[in-house]
Amino acid sequence: MIQDLLLNFKLAYKNIISAGLRTWLTITTLAFAFLLILFFNSLYTGWEYQGVKDQIDWEFADGQIIYKEFDKNDPFTIESGHHQMIKNENIAPVLIRQGNLYPQGRMLPIAIKGIPANQSIVKLPTHLFHESKEEFPVIIGEAMATNNHLKKGDKILLRWKDKNGTFDAKQITIVGIFHTNVPTIDMGQIWMDIDLLWKMTGLEKEASYHIVKGNYNHELKSQWRFESQQDLLKDFISMVEMKKGSSAFLYIILMFIALIAIFDSQVFSVFKRQKEIGTYIALGFTKKRVTLLLTIEGAMYAILATIIGSLISIPLISWLGVEGVTLSSKEQSQQMGITIGEKLYPMLTSKLLFSSIFWIILLSTIVSYLPVRKIAKMNTVDALKGKK
Amino acid sequence: MNQRAKMKNILYILSLLVCTIGYAQDPNALLKKIDQNMYTKTKVSTTKMIVYGKRKTKEIVSKGYTRGTKDSFSEYLSPAREKGTKMLKLDDKLWIYSPSSDRTIQISGHMLRQSVNGSDMSYEDMMQEKKLVDMYTPKITGQEEMNGEQCYILELNAKTENVTYQKIKMWVDINHTVPMRQDLFAKSGQLLKTINMSDIRKVGDRYYPFKMNYKDVLKDGKGTDFVVLEMENNVEIPDHIFNKSNLKK
Repeated sequence: MIQDLLLNFKLAYKNIISAGLRTWLTITTLAFAFLLILFFNSLYTGWEYQGVKDQIDWEFADGQIIYKEFDKNDPFTIESGHHQMIKNENIAPVLIRQGNLYPQGRMLPIAIKGIPANQSIVKLPTHLFHESKEEFPVIIGEAMATNNHLKKGDKILLRWKDKNGTFDAKQITIVGIFHTNVPTIDMGQIWMDIDLLWKMTGLEKEASYHIVKGNYNHELKSQWRFESQQDLLKDFISMVEMKKGSSAFLYIILMFIALIAIFDSQVFSVFKRQKEIGTYIALGFTKKRVTLLLTIEGAMYAILATIIGSLISIPLISWLGVEGVTLSSKEQSQQMGITIGEKLYPMLTSKLLFSSIFWIILLSTIVSYLPVRKIAKMNTVDALKGKK
Repeated sequence: MNQRAKMKNILYILSLLVCTIGYAQDPNALLKKIDQNMYTKTKVSTTKMIVYGKRKTKEIVSKGYTRGTKDSFSEYLSPAREKGTKMLKLDDKLWIYSPSSDRTIQISGHMLRQSVNGSDMSYEDMMQEKKLVDMYTPKITGQEEMNGEQCYILELNAKTENVTYQKIKMWVDINHTVPMRQDLFAKSGQLLKTINMSDIRKVGDRYYPFKMNYKDVLKDGKGTDFVVLEMENNVEIPDHIFNKSNLKK
């Protein structure tokens, strides 16, 4: 039985190789589709991995405790979306207020975010607040600095309203510019010591949300809601999945072309190789075995294509995983609030590799089997004579 | 002492007397008079807002209806692109209707800080709803000529903490009791805005500046001019004007 199967494989291999250019064209198309599938999927996997890591490091940590009336997606809730903070050493309170910056005579509406200077839960370089001797030290992200032509050491007038709605204005100093891929903590905002923001606004010990480190097992008062790391990352992950889906059309078209080529070869085999099929049967092959042989021939295209595709894609994607792929639309994506790095580092996982191989071989086998089913209905004598 | 020196002394004493009389003016009464001139029971006016941009100047003509200090309704008459835009302010709420999108939106939160049509005036500035005498304690600090008129210099300090500008410096025309200039300060003492008034005209029994320049001093540029084209005080305004349903009409 195993010997028969091995013989079938040997015969199938010889048959497709002897078909020459036709075979190599089919294999090339299939290998190219395989390469694209691996490349795009590993690119999105790499982006997801990197984005999740960055957001945990810079923004979400292990979760957030958010004031019920504050919705980060609704700027209308900033004004009244704060409450007396929760005291716990493993959480960092964040208070958000609105204000205007006036760099070089321009007006810039911004969010003023206060966070404890001594926090180490997220990567924001808040230690700079204590290290600076300035009266109003603030830190900003690189994108905010680039977009608004701001640099370290700049003194800019900030206008805000206190808890009573009275205008106040002071000169702030940029004491640090941090580099992050997370635009939601960078664009259109400045960070300062929460103690200073409390003093400026009169909102003593108030917070819009808290960043949590580790497991927070304490019971929460009804004013607060806990959002886990997974809850907070949900939007980003579903956006990557959606992007993955929308880019699939390219390799679906390529796969479709390659599978049509296989289908065409198989239809061609059934009609043009009738004498050969008849000879196999005359030599003692059952019709089932001939069907199997021709199906294996079709599947062989996929096997060869995945071998060649893997030989090219594994080293290529591994190299790109180190060097990174530069994106031209990075700034545009960041403007839209999407967490994306300057470079994307594709990540080829064994799950992705083997599942892609499995699906390509399975689809090719099905497509190969469909035309050769007719062999079972063939008359042996007619087949030997080469009659249609 | 010769004749000339005597005359000098008399003039000096007289000018001191004039100043003393001036300073004896009750600042609260002065503020009340300003409020009387600036605020009427109802007001219907056609105004032109001139926004000086970096490249071009924009002019918006609108017709406004005001009832007391709390309610107002305005409709843009020109340019064609803005025509039909309506704004309704009822107490502390503000709505804007845009004919291009046929939608009414409520302006609140951070949107109140946005400028009105790119001008130096924010929606928040339009929300000022109390009379000066209710919000500030005035003090006359001197006299000075401002925008061509002899003025008292008035320093206004907020009576309570919930006032947008804690301190205002105001130059008040002695003859008509109308502000000729206002400097609006932040709590820290930082000057934020200046409003310059000119072209004082009599409307009924009150005086009103027909030209105002609003300037956000923290921003570059020439500021924004408001020119009153027509004004009527204390006229009957039907209630339906100050109704939300009037926005979509």
